[in-house]
Amino acid sequence: MSDPATGHAPAGPAAPGSTRFLAHHFPSMEAQLDTSKLGIWLFLGSEVLFFSGLFTAYGVYRANHFSLFHYAHHFLDWRMGALNTVVLVLSSLSAAWSVRCAQLGQRRGLNATLLLTLVLAGVFLVVKYFEYSHKLHNGIAWGAACRPSEAILSTLPPDVRALPVPKDLGTFFSIYYLMTGLHGIHVLVGMGLYVWLLGRAGRGDFGPGYYVPVDSVALYWHLVDMIWIFLFPLFYLM
Amino acid sequence: MTHAEAAVPGATGESYLDHGRGIRSWLLTLDHKRIGIMYLVLIVVSLFLGGIFAMVVRFHLWNPGGGLVSNDAYNKMFTLHGAVMIFLFVIPGIPSALGNFVVPLQVGAKDVAFPRVNLLSFWLFAAGAVLFVATLVVGGLDTGWTLYPPYSLESSRGLGILLALTGVFLAGFSSILTGVNFIATIHKMRAPGMGWFDLPLFLWALYATAIIQIFATPVLGITVALGFLERLFHLGIFMPEYGGDPVLFQHFFWFYSHPAVYIMILPAMGIVSEVVSVFSRKPIFGYRFIAMSSIAIAVIGFLVWGHHMFTSGQSKWTNVIFSFLTLLVAIPSAIKTFNWLATMYKGAIVLKTPMLYVLSFFAIFGVGGLTGLFLGALATDIPLHDTYFVVAHFHFVMVGAVMIAFLAGLHYWWPKMTGRMYDERLGTASAVLVFLGFNLTFIPQFFAGVAGMPRRYATYAAQFQGANRLSTVGAVVLTTGLVIALWGLLASLRRGARAPANPWGAASLEWTAASPPIHDNFAVPPRGGRPYDFGGLRLVSDEAGWVRAGGEGA
Repeated sequence: MSDPATGHAPAGPAAPGSTRFLAHHFPSMEAQLDTSKLGIWLFLGSEVLFFSGLFTAYGVYRANHFSLFHYAHHFLDWRMGALNTVVLVLSSLSAAWSVRCAQLGQRRGLNATLLLTLVLAGVFLVVKYFEYSHKLHNGIAWGAACRPSEAILSTLPPDVRALPVPKDLGTFFSIYYLMTGLHGIHVLVGMGLYVWLLGRAGRGDFGPGYYVPVDSVALYWHLVDMIWIFLFPLFYLM
Repeated sequence: MTHAEAAVPGATGESYLDHGRGIRSWLLTLDHKRIGIMYLVLIVVSLFLGGIFAMVVRFHLWNPGGGLVSNDAYNKMFTLHGAVMIFLFVIPGIPSALGNFVVPLQVGAKDVAFPRVNLLSFWLFAAGAVLFVATLVVGGLDTGWTLYPPYSLESSRGLGILLALTGVFLAGFSSILTGVNFIATIHKMRAPGMGWFDLPLFLWALYATAIIQIFATPVLGITVALGFLERLFHLGIFMPEYGGDPVLFQHFFWFYSHPAVYIMILPAMGIVSEVVSVFSRKPIFGYRFIAMSSIAIAVIGFLVWGHHMFTSGQSKWTNVIFSFLTLLVAIPSAIKTFNWLATMYKGAIVLKTPMLYVLSFFAIFGVGGLTGLFLGALATDIPLHDTYFVVAHFHFVMVGAVMIAFLAGLHYWWPKMTGRMYDERLGTASAVLVFLGFNLTFIPQFFAGVAGMPRRYATYAAQFQGANRLSTVGAVVLTTGLVIALWGLLASLRRGARAPANPWGAASLEWTAASPPIHDNFAVPPRGGRPYDFGGLRLVSDEAGWVRAGGEGA
């Protein structure tokens, strides 16, 4: 969100008082940091409202089709969801740590925590890939295309297996794929941002005098994590 | 802009128009003033495009049986008229074009908080506009601008709906980014000494607008994204045939699109607050009430969307609550109106073009606002729903109020933007013709609506012919007024007198910068003052403009 000059950077973390990355329309680095933080918070507020439409759709359809939602959640493996929750919470810790490292000018720590965040985000998507492909191979698609295979029906708990397959099962999975899919896109964007940060950190752009991008991306990453923390119980546990 | 570039000596003297030449220096500029001008060009083009569609509609309705175009083509014309006017003119018009230019100048900053985001926002908007034009090429769109499913998302609708949904999505994100920029700029980049209650009221209005842009627009974004996916993959979210709920779409759509009418009207009210004070030579009356009523409108505006859905089958209790909340909006709107009128009371009113437009605004907004109460009140809305009464009401507010305030603001800031004075006679003629033409177009529609003429039909009962013909004649007069306004402004670029820094005797900071401003806006960083303190300002001559005695600057 800031307006930095890139490239031609001498090595060594940006020291306090350095104005190499000060955009021309700010009087000081503090003013720039302050403004950037407000900007990213406003953007995150907008992101929350972006997801809110989907959360509302979830609420409306859950209220209208309670038994369908209860039935459908048995197709989701809570252990996979829980694993991904742990992975994302750890990645958030690592993201927060990276901000601290940048503020303290610890280059090795910064590189390590940025890389760890990136790897954990990748792990999340790999787990998600296994979940999606398992479902799609067994006919659990969205909307009218949702026709669960015998193989996956046989893995349901016995009392659930005894019930007939509801007609609109696909509605649940439409919402599932939409919400986790939009979240997954945000994870992908976050990974792109962490690759970018790693490149800049490698050039020594960040330090106590300049850490706006590390801080802003970490805030974004915490929001992505937060959204998953709501998605996990709504889909896997309820 | 890098730090080094800003430090080049001598770069401070030339105007922003001369700072960098060639097409790339415009298309890739980070200067809020140039981005504002690029927005202005696109928005005026959109206004005329939407106007052409409107004229086709009006001429088609000259006879009860229609006949100018086929009924199918008529449906596409009114749809594209609505969609282009709303998404490409009224919503972005004042904030993105005039706001981008004026906001940093009024706070005394060199630029908006995030210049690159600003440029991104412009290009997202341009891409969205191109997609709207592309819908014409692929066969048009005939869903009405509200895009209601199930009709809009049926398989037979073709490519047009997908392009339109994508266009809305892109234009929406452009709007969010503009809002983020404005709030950050107003919060963090005010000149030293400028407290919250030293802000010009245009900034309060844009601040309230930005709240809506940031927190309502994403809901529209997700709604059109869902519509897009529903159309392609049959998800069963909005389409009943796949298990979805079309009324959910209406809720989502109006959760944005009702607050969006405040995205349209609040900046217009901001312009009115500036102009009425400057051209009455009197400090604005009730500054804090006007400022706070903008915020109140923004907040209440989030809670009233259901009044568009009184006939959708939602529960009667929901209807009653939405009706009550809707009537609350009248309070802050009336507070503003009375304060404007009190500002004029015993002022020395100067009838220049911006003020003429603002006086039109008062008359038209008064009628538009009061007829809104008829539609907000449950008992009268049910019979008036989907009649021409609704059409007349929202044109009174969106065209009569917003477009006229846009023209007021455009004439008011034109000398600052271009360094040229427009021709006052042409400006006056345009203001008078726009006022007369507007009323001739839309007053008959109130009567046709009360008599029961439904909106959006390609043909109508013979009894409505008189009203429709008056309307069409009015539309011709209105168009003439707009063409004269455009002509007057464009001609001034060649022939207009050089504008002084302060041609109107205004006291806000943008008038202490040169006309047109230098690239960095101010040669010396300004200090905030009182934006409506006209004491000490005196007119030296038409060429030199107004100067503050004592030389202390604003």
